[in-house]
Amino acid sequence: MNRALKTVVGVVLTAVMLFPVYWMFNVSLTGTSDMRRDPPYLFPLHPTFTGYQAVLRDQMPYLGTSLAIGLGTVVLTLLVAAPAGYSLAKLRPLGGQPLTFILLIAQMIPGIIMAMGFYAIFLSAGIINTWWGLVIADSTLAVPFAVLIFTAFMSGIPDELISAAKIDGAGSWRTFLHIVLPISRNPIVTVSLFAFLWAWSDFIFASTLNSGGTMQPITLGIYKYIGNNNQEWNSIMATAVVASIPAAFLLVVAQRYVAAGVTAGAVKD
Amino acid sequence: MSISKTADRTSRVATRVSTREERPPRYRRLLGWAYLVPVLVYLIAFYAYPLYRNVELSLRDYTVRSFVSGDARFIGLDNFREVFSSPTFASAIIHTAIFTFVSIAFQYVIGLALAVFYNQNFRLSGTLRALFLVPWLLPLIVSASTWSWLLNSESGVVNAALEAFGLPQINWLTSPTWSLIAVIIANIWIGIPFNLVILHSGLQNIPDELFEASALDGADAWRTFRHVTFPLLKPVSAITLLLGFVYTLKVFDIIWIMTRGGPGASSTTLSTWSYQLGFGSLLPHFGPGAAVGNILIIVALVFGLLYIRYENAQAKR
Repeated sequence: MNRALKTVVGVVLTAVMLFPVYWMFNVSLTGTSDMRRDPPYLFPLHPTFTGYQAVLRDQMPYLGTSLAIGLGTVVLTLLVAAPAGYSLAKLRPLGGQPLTFILLIAQMIPGIIMAMGFYAIFLSAGIINTWWGLVIADSTLAVPFAVLIFTAFMSGIPDELISAAKIDGAGSWRTFLHIVLPISRNPIVTVSLFAFLWAWSDFIFASTLNSGGTMQPITLGIYKYIGNNNQEWNSIMATAVVASIPAAFLLVVAQRYVAAGVTAGAVKD
Repeated sequence: MSISKTADRTSRVATRVSTREERPPRYRRLLGWAYLVPVLVYLIAFYAYPLYRNVELSLRDYTVRSFVSGDARFIGLDNFREVFSSPTFASAIIHTAIFTFVSIAFQYVIGLALAVFYNQNFRLSGTLRALFLVPWLLPLIVSASTWSWLLNSESGVVNAALEAFGLPQINWLTSPTWSLIAVIIANIWIGIPFNLVILHSGLQNIPDELFEASALDGADAWRTFRHVTFPLLKPVSAITLLLGFVYTLKVFDIIWIMTRGGPGASSTTLSTWSYQLGFGSLLPHFGPGAAVGNILIIVALVFGLLYIRYENAQAKR
C-alpha cells in the first residue's frame, strides 16, 4: 500500500469510528418534525437550533453545578495528592510501598460499591443531595491516579535540586512549595484536567447521592431529559454536545497533557 | 481510567529505582509521613469507611426507615442467600461473563489492528490516531444516549441502514435477544481507544531494526506480524487484557442508560443488578444490593491482583 492510499484508509477508519459523534451533532441540529423521518436525513440540511434553545432554557443550572463540582474535585484532589506524591517520591517514608499498592487496588473498586457505601454514610450524616457531597465522592475517582502521577513525576526531580534548597536553608515545606510544586506544572495540569473530566462525566454517584437535590450535575440533566421527553432527541443530543465540550477542549487544547498522562510510563519498562 | 495504569507503572518503576539509591536519613522518613497525613485520612474516610459500610449493609436488614433510625437488624448471610437463590443471579453472572469476554475480545483485536495500521508512517497518522481518543473522553452518558438513538427501533440510523441493504430491522434495545448485544456494541466502541493507545505505545518500543530485518528476510506483512510483532507485544497485550477485565467488570453507566438491564433481566450484569436492587425501584433492597456489590468486588480484585502480580513479574525481568 502506498502512503497516500494509507492516508485514505486511515481517514475512512477514523470517520467510521467517529460516526456516532457526528450523528450526535446531526441529530442536535434536526428539527422536531424531522426527528422520526424514515430514512433519517444524513446531513443537517435544514439545521434548526431548537435543541440548543432547549439547552439554554433548561440545562444552564445543571451545567453550572457540574462546573462547580468539577472545580471542587480538582482542588480537593490536588490538596490531597500533591503532598503525598512529594512524600512518596522524595521523602520515601517506611511503608510507602504498601501505600502505592493500596492506591492501585483502590482504582479497581467498582463504582456501584463505593456509591452504596457513600449513600449509607451521606444519609446518616445528613449530606445526601448536596453538590459538595458529590465533590467528595467524585474525588475518589481521581485521588489514587493523582498520587501515582505526582509520585512518578516528582521521582524524576534531581535530588541535587532538593539538597541545594536545603543548603540554602529551606525546610521541607518551603522546598515543596517553592521548588517542587513550580516544576511540577505538567502533572498538576494533567491531574487537574482528568479530575475535572471524571467529575464532569460522573453519573453513578450523581444518580445515587444527589437524585433529589436542588443542585444537580449535567449528567442528571441529560438523564432526566431521556426519561421525560424522549420525543425531543434534538434537545437531548444538543445537551450531549454541550456536555462534551470539556472532552473536546482536552483533545484540542491540552492534547499533549493527555498524551503525557497516557504514555507517562506506558510500556516503557 | 486507562491512564492511571500507565502512571502506576511509572511510579512503581520509580519506587524500585529509588530503593536502590541511598536511603534518606531517618528523620526525613518520619517527616515523610506528615505529608501523607492528608491522603491517609482521605483513604480511611472515603475509601475504607464506605467499603466497611457496604459490608455492613450486606449483613443487615436495611430499609429506608432503618437507614435513618440506624437500628437495622443483623441477619448474617441472609442477604447473600437471597441473592444466590434469586433467578436473576445466574443470568447476571452469565451476562457479566459474556459482556466482559466479548467486549474485551473485540476491543483487543480491533485495537491491535488499528494500532498496527496507525503505527505506519503516513500523512495524518498521528492526528487520526488522536481523534480515536474521542469516544474514550466523552462522558459515558453522552455515548450511551447517542447509541440509544443510533439503535432506536423506528428512527435509528442503524436500522435505516439495515433496511437500505434489504435486511430485517432489529429491536436492539427492546428485544431480550438483542439488548445484551446492543450494549456490548456500544461498550466495544468506547473501549477501542484504550486498547489502541496502550498497544500503540507498546509497538513504538519495538526497535525498527527488527521490522527491517524481517523485511530483509522476505517476510510479508502478515508473517512479520505473526512472528515478530505479536510475540514481542505479548507482555503489553497481557497488561491490556487484564486491566480490560477489571474495567469492563465495573461498567454500569452504559448498560443502565441504554437498557436499564432489561427488557426483563436480558442485559442485567452484576453492576446493574446491584444498582437495580439498591436504587432502581421505589422499594429499595439495600442489603441484597450491597451483597451483589460485594460479590462483584471479589471478582474484580481477583483480576486486579493477577494484573499486579503479572506487572511485578514483568518488571523483575
